[in-house]
Amino acid sequence: MSTGLPVIKYDKIKGVKNTPHEEFYTSGHRTCQGCESAMVMRQFAKASGPRTIATGSTGCMYVANTSYQTTPWIIPWMHTQLGAGGASAVGMAAGLRALMRKGKLPEEKINVINFSGDLGGGDMGLSGVSGALQSDYDLLIIMYDNESAANTDIQATGLTTYGAQTTFTPPGQKHRIMARRWKKNVAGMLAVGHPTCRYVATASATYPALDFLNKVRKALAIGGPTFIHTFDPCPKGWDFHPRYSHELGELGIKSGIFPLFEVIDGKVIYSYDPRKKGRVPVREYLEKQGRFAHLVDEDVDYIQQMVDKMWEEWEVPGVAPFRGNLNSAQK
Amino acid sequence: MKQTETDTAVLDQRLAAWDRKELLNGCQAVAQGVRLADVDVISAYPIRPYTEVMDALSKLIADGKLDAEYIIADSEHSQFEIVKHASSVGARAFAGSSGTGWMYGFEALVVTATDRLPPLFLVGNRALDDPGAFGVEHNDAMALRDMGWLLCWATTAQEALEHVLIGYRVAEDSRVRMPMALAMDGAFLTHSQHMVQVPTEEAVARFLPRYDLGPRRLHPDNPISIAPQVNEDWVMELRRQNWEAARRAKGVIVQAYQEFNEIFGERYATPFFSEFMTDDAETVLIGVGAVAMPARTAVRRLREQGRKVGYIGLRWFRPFPTEELRECLSRFRAVGVLDRNFAHGSPDCGGIVLHDVRSCLYPLASRPAVVNFIGGLGGRDISIADCTRMLEITGKAAERAGDEETVTWIGLRE
Ligand SMILES: Cc1ncc(C[n+]2csc(CCOP(=O)(O)OP(=O)(O)O)c2C)c(N)n1
Ligand code: SF4
Ligand SMILES: [Mg+2]
Repeated sequence: MSTGLPVIKYDKIKGVKNTPHEEFYTSGHRTCQGCESAMVMRQFAKASGPRTIATGSTGCMYVANTSYQTTPWIIPWMHTQLGAGGASAVGMAAGLRALMRKGKLPEEKINVINFSGDLGGGDMGLSGVSGALQSDYDLLIIMYDNESAANTDIQATGLTTYGAQTTFTPPGQKHRIMARRWKKNVAGMLAVGHPTCRYVATASATYPALDFLNKVRKALAIGGPTFIHTFDPCPKGWDFHPRYSHELGELGIKSGIFPLFEVIDGKVIYSYDPRKKGRVPVREYLEKQGRFAHLVDEDVDYIQQMVDKMWEEWEVPGVAPFRGNLNSAQK
Repeated sequence: MKQTETDTAVLDQRLAAWDRKELLNGCQAVAQGVRLADVDVISAYPIRPYTEVMDALSKLIADGKLDAEYIIADSEHSQFEIVKHASSVGARAFAGSSGTGWMYGFEALVVTATDRLPPLFLVGNRALDDPGAFGVEHNDAMALRDMGWLLCWATTAQEALEHVLIGYRVAEDSRVRMPMALAMDGAFLTHSQHMVQVPTEEAVARFLPRYDLGPRRLHPDNPISIAPQVNEDWVMELRRQNWEAARRAKGVIVQAYQEFNEIFGERYATPFFSEFMTDDAETVLIGVGAVAMPARTAVRRLREQGRKVGYIGLRWFRPFPTEELRECLSRFRAVGVLDRNFAHGSPDCGGIVLHDVRSCLYPLASRPAVVNFIGGLGGRDISIADCTRMLEITGKAAERAGDEETVTWIGLRE
């Protein structure tokens, strides 16, 4: 399931002080203050290092990120179409593999990474991401999830939290809630659906510290196609002060609304296990964001109840919503 | 170009450029071209009639006759994006499609041109649904005409094989770097067998240099950013660069055919279109693709009756051979343009080729009469009798220019 080239040996980063100093995503972008998606960019490039080629699907991390003549990218980077994240990574990995095998390019392991947004990677490009995860190329797809089509002015996507106000889901006098879809479980679905894919994870750019950096390194070192779904508070789309981006990410994880896990060779490992550490009420997470200001108690209760189910009733809590006591039935 | 070379060493060398003769259909001939071009990355998705090229290529790979990555994509959009990105890291790449499949991936086709990347695509022309039809119609490939692509039609399996080589050669030239669409009529060419001469790898290597994207190749040693957001600041200048590339492409095409003829023998008298019995012709039909076959037969038969008719097969539609065609068509009294496509609601509700031919002739002080035929849609046969009739209608247009219908549908059930 890989090129057969020696894998890049990545040391696990232990302790914030040991984070590499080199930046491969630097000044030049014009993302909002407090943009956690920009943090995802900075961190993945830091973790993967200079022998990397990245493609970025259309979205904030293209339009607000990479303007002509002020590119923030130190590593080679190319734009790809909104729904083409998976295909872009496959194309580059295939090109590099063929050129190296045929002696047209010196052999070396080059990291191929695509980042796509929740609309690009989780809705429109899902089929292409699936195609990439079925392949045997070494590649990593990062779906950075700011829970909206942020670039086009904050429209609901299949990953927007239930109830949230967006420009496509405004609260009104007849309908308080226009966003009635439950958030699509992309990482879980991809892990379940691609048994030969060795690494699927969820992450937050900043919580727990170093977690995302090390997940990127693990994904790149394990070989084959890999996938990470990041949870990115977006001050503009979620309507909160940019000062609180990291805190909101942390609250999302601690409330259990965004589960943090890795699936490595089919084994589930919780990076933050709220069943052991306890869950803070989702209200604490929701009430800090303007996009939920119109919710009433009943709505908050519904969300809490869905989150409770995810942790208490799902066969693989936070990952796969099967129910029916499959485990106990075996016993 | 007339053959004046008498040096037997040169003739021997040209004979040696050919390996063997094989019975191949159009798709299989293209697969041989792809093998000879030593393509690095291929991406496949099924749709009739182009698919057979992918069947043939997968077998060549399975048998170890071609060393390439072969990716079965999840959709045409992914298929085209895969080859676009493979091309950006320096791999020679191939894909293709037909009809609605071609349209499904259209977004990716558009950006391949604006990214100035040169993969080659086969379009096995097919009608656009609905309702379903497997047969040929040229609207699929014609949709590229304003998109910054090279677009050309093969009329025989032999030409199809050779235009894979000529196509990569032109597309990858540093003066051009545009994607190349090689179109062929579904069924009539994709699936009809011809005896095809297959060139040797050595001769192909002399004609087709290795793909080198130079300073635009994406690699960690060349950490550039490709296609950052430009908005109104730069789009006009970039469009202008595409325009300049398309203009330069014409010279590169001429040069490519010259060198092709030098290595493989005098196969192409003119690069952009072929002329059949046009020397003293007064009335000509101009068409695109495999209709050349019945059209030439009709011309030959009418010639036997002493009629001054000829046929022009338009090979390259983009870049459009404006000056060459203007000079050529100005020799005739009437020109019938045969469109195997339609341009709904366009001037005279005619076909796409009509509009380009007429606009190319407009600056002439004295223009031939121009009439238009829509025919063969959805794969309907265009018979020798149809071609005879079109030549006759065109001939009449020369006599009494002005009062005749511009557009005639041929073979329409009334
Ligand atoms: C095929 C296509 N449809 C629509 C658009 C318009 N568009 C550009 S960015 C964008 C939003 C993308 O959302 P997401 O992937 O979540 O990324 P974000 O903007 O949130 O970073 C849309 C809809 C497009 N560029 N391409
Ligand atoms: S809108 Fe959101 S995702 Fe986009 S740049 Fe601003 S904070 Fe980042
Ligand atoms: Mg988004």
